[in-house]
Amino acid sequence: MIDWGEARRIYAESIGVLTISLGGGILAGAVLGTEGMRDGFRAYPGLLLLLPAFLATRGNVYGALGARIASGLHQGLIEPRFERDRRLLNAVIASFINGITISVFIGFLSWLILQLLGRESAQLTELVGITLIAGTLTAFVLIVGLLALVFLGFRRGFDPDNLIGPIVTTLGDIFGVAFLYVALIVVEVLG
Amino acid sequence: MSHGLPRRSFDTWTVRSIVTTMIPLLIVLSILEMGSGLVLETLEETYLANPTLLILVPVMIDMGGNLGSILSSRLSTRLHLGTLSFSPRDVALWTNVAAILGLAVTIFAALAVAAYGIGRLYAGPMAFSDLLVISMVSGMVLAFVAVVLSIAASYASYRLGLDPDDTTIPIVTNLCDILGVVILSIVALMVLG
Repeated sequence: MIDWGEARRIYAESIGVLTISLGGGILAGAVLGTEGMRDGFRAYPGLLLLLPAFLATRGNVYGALGARIASGLHQGLIEPRFERDRRLLNAVIASFINGITISVFIGFLSWLILQLLGRESAQLTELVGITLIAGTLTAFVLIVGLLALVFLGFRRGFDPDNLIGPIVTTLGDIFGVAFLYVALIVVEVLG
Repeated sequence: MSHGLPRRSFDTWTVRSIVTTMIPLLIVLSILEMGSGLVLETLEETYLANPTLLILVPVMIDMGGNLGSILSSRLSTRLHLGTLSFSPRDVALWTNVAAILGLAVTIFAALAVAAYGIGRLYAGPMAFSDLLVISMVSGMVLAFVAVVLSIAASYASYRLGLDPDDTTIPIVTNLCDILGVVILSIVALMVLG
């Protein structure tokens, strides 16, 4: 019923990619567990509520950018380098807009849900401030990092389609959580 | 992809087109993800009292989707090639499922060990046996859910003639992302009492 040789081959093909994603997730988790981050979760009710949406949308926004860049490279619509190409520029600008807009929306949504449930919540400006700062910083790092790695991979002859998933989840987790921490400190200092 | 007319593919590269197609999807997704956030926020005290559990959260968010997308894309390729049937005796189907479950065992065992090591650096360490049970049980339940959803979604896209890359794979990965934290939280509550 099971072809064990083939199962071993599939396992060997995927374990590398999953290990990279696991490493990124563990690093992000290590930041979440720190005392500073836990204090932040206590001080700003709503932050834990928005965490899954914040992390998941990183994957969707920049995964979509990666898929678009990969098919653009395959079709010869764009070149594998940073240049003032109209299509490349449009895709990058649109990803910035998507990434930042949805981050602000998530901060707002988290506040709204706690209001509707009548639970304790941080101020709207605090939650939106945190997601705006963290969303903007992750947009910069993820767009530049994703393009650099996909271009490099493409020029070296790797199929970018296979690189994008693990690159996006790994970078998204590590930088998403790290920049939430940074944003927390900024909002704390400004508040 | 390759059969798109040049003009049509240029049109999809405008800022307006990319933003207007993505934002509604992202809004729906964010609302759904809030379900998983609500579980975290409700169990805030459990998570903050056991920081080791927080280490598991990002991996639990990602890994169901990762396993589901590996299986879905393998199944959809086989469907396109015509080498997969949805018969319970299909060798290729069970072979793929076995590989996915094997990957899950490795990943969630490694996660427990790594989280225990990192957790020891924080104040309140958790018993390794509890952590191993939480990571393995929630990980394997998640892997099982990912397998069932991937098979169902591949079957649906085959019967309905949908393109798996555009429809079923994103649905599977996002559902698994949402369920990961929910499964982790239920298992953690059961183990920690």
